[in-house]
Amino acid sequence: MAAKTPELNASSMADIAFLLLIFFLVTTTMDVDTGIGRKLPPPPDPSVKPPDVKDRNVMNVLVNKSDRLLINGRPGDLSTLKDDAIEFMTPHVPDDPNYPEFNEETIDLLGTIYTSKGIISLKNDRGTSYAMYIAVQDKLALAFTEMKDVLSMKKFGKKYADIDEDQKKAINEAIPTRVSEAEPEDIGNK
Amino acid sequence: MSRFKKKGGKDTPGISTASLPDIIFMLLFFFMVTTVMRETELLVKVSSPSAKEVQKLEKKSLVSFIYVGEPVVSKLGTNTRIQLNDAFGTVDAIPEFIAKEREARDEADRKFLTTSLKVDKSTKMGIVTDIKQKLRRVGAFKINYSVTEEYDKK
Repeated sequence: MAAKTPELNASSMADIAFLLLIFFLVTTTMDVDTGIGRKLPPPPDPSVKPPDVKDRNVMNVLVNKSDRLLINGRPGDLSTLKDDAIEFMTPHVPDDPNYPEFNEETIDLLGTIYTSKGIISLKNDRGTSYAMYIAVQDKLALAFTEMKDVLSMKKFGKKYADIDEDQKKAINEAIPTRVSEAEPEDIGNK
Repeated sequence: MSRFKKKGGKDTPGISTASLPDIIFMLLFFFMVTTVMRETELLVKVSSPSAKEVQKLEKKSLVSFIYVGEPVVSKLGTNTRIQLNDAFGTVDAIPEFIAKEREARDEADRKFLTTSLKVDKSTKMGIVTDIKQKLRRVGAFKINYSVTEEYDKK
């Protein structure tokens, strides 16, 4: 009987392959793209007049070219913008002329509820930095999320993110995200 | 009696691990192939701002990217430039770019096309506003401002 050729020890091969595998797992960071999703409005139709909105129903947020905020004619600050927005958008019962009007509506799953008619109007200068613009957008989005969370906690005992689709729809109807971006105007230079 | 007795004092044969490398290699190749680095070469520097209220960008195949920022090559100056796919573009080239992007997608998917704006944080809003106006005019309403997620420091 011929002598068997000794088998090649392949046990370390697995280790080598493992090493490579882990290297690739670690280095290929699948960069998950995150972002703020928005829907742009269709271009304005010149024949249709924009709807008249009462002054008390609008919270004007202006951002100037040195990234300063002006909220309803008064200088504002980014750190208080969220709370300002929440205070503005929360219906004040009984009617307070300093705050937007509200409707009494009956919504499925929620019952009768006050819904604010407030609109947050955002306007920026051409010289505003993009970082500031995103920060303002983010704060406003946070304000709405927080209000939705509060309402959903009160009605369903869960956060907005954890409730089901029908409930989300009801909440969205009660607190619509009303952030409107003003039509850009050409003023001054870049 | 001795019929079932084990023969001699032989060792139990070890489980062959010869196929283990093959299995691992298979995994390795799977990961190497699936993690596609779909990275168009960036011609502009983009450092995204951060925000808390972010969503994940779904369906990457239905996203077209517009990059805005300073050119990477300093020879080209420091003026903010727009990159559409692989080349520099201008604001006026956006309608054509969007049309091409739509052309490349399935008929049914076209209305789900999202435009992701990857804009450097130091960019001035003027150019971004121009881009948005162009997008509105061609009907690309779904946009996504690319930002990195900011975590609460508690």
